Amino acid sequence: MVGRGLLRHGAKVTGRAGGPNRTAPAAAKHRIGRAPYAAGVSDDDLVRRLRAGDESAFAEAVNTYHSSMVRLAQTFVSSRAVAEEVAQDTWLAVLKGIDHFEGRSSLKTWIFRILANRARSTGVHEQRTTPVDLTDEATVDSRRFDAVGAWSDPPAHWSDEVVDRLSSGPLVAQVRAGISELPEGQRAVVTLRDLDGLSSKDVCDVLGISQANQRVLLHRGRSRIRALLELELAKR
Amino acid sequence: MRLPTLRRDVVCQQAVELVTDYLEGRLSRRDARQFEAHLRACDGCEEYLRQVKATITVLGSVQPDDLAPETRQGLLELYRQFRGE
Ligand SMILES: [Zn+2]
Repeated sequence: MVGRGLLRHGAKVTGRAGGPNRTAPAAAKHRIGRAPYAAGVSDDDLVRRLRAGDESAFAEAVNTYHSSMVRLAQTFVSSRAVAEEVAQDTWLAVLKGIDHFEGRSSLKTWIFRILANRARSTGVHEQRTTPVDLTDEATVDSRRFDAVGAWSDPPAHWSDEVVDRLSSGPLVAQVRAGISELPEGQRAVVTLRDLDGLSSKDVCDVLGISQANQRVLLHRGRSRIRALLELELAKR
Repeated sequence: MRLPTLRRDVVCQQAVELVTDYLEGRLSRRDARQFEAHLRACDGCEEYLRQVKATITVLGSVQPDDLAPETRQGLLELYRQFRGE
């Protein structure tokens, strides 16, 4: 088994998973790439303006990242209000630390890592128990397979319809609820990877977990949400 | 990391466990070929993979809550305090 409480262990590690692999060429490539985020803002430009004390740069960063930060923080703390506090504290840490930002990760990854570390330590402070995946978790209920492992109850065909059904009805709200019920590690990985669109490497970086654990948590989280969709789509 | 060794004929119960490793490009070329061969022959697993991809699309459509104007204003005030204005 993998994934035993590694998120929690990760919290104590100040280095990043894969840190030594972050070579200078990779960092340079990232900067040249100038991958635009939602607002079409390049990191270099935004970082320079933040360092210069440009308030409009801070406002842009808040517009781009704050809502996602609160969403991620909610994975680790018990209430929306505490999540907002953690996000606010993170902004102060970002302002204090921006001169030391080295551009080895994207600005977004750097901010999210500060946030995740703070949210986790706040969660500990609140004495909130962290659900840790210890048990093996079947991707699909084993009763749906026969003795040799072939489908006895194969999936109904709904993959083509699901996107059409997103715009109407409560499906997105149900998926949101399903995400909030995922165990902490799965929720954090699914949120960062599939909702915020981070790469697997960046997810490992933010959460301080290995690639292997990232994949296990992603697999389990996605499998649970797929099962939820299957139930909802079978209700017609 | 447990990466099941694929039998020559991968069965459905194994195939569903491999979906994420497949999508993440973590299967060996040989295992990926066997996985794909199974999907070509198995309607249930082909649909299963489509469902996981559809799930990823659905997850990608889940937006965070809008930034409340008062939250934004509060953060800008925090910024001005920080800058000592
Ligand atoms: Zn199959």
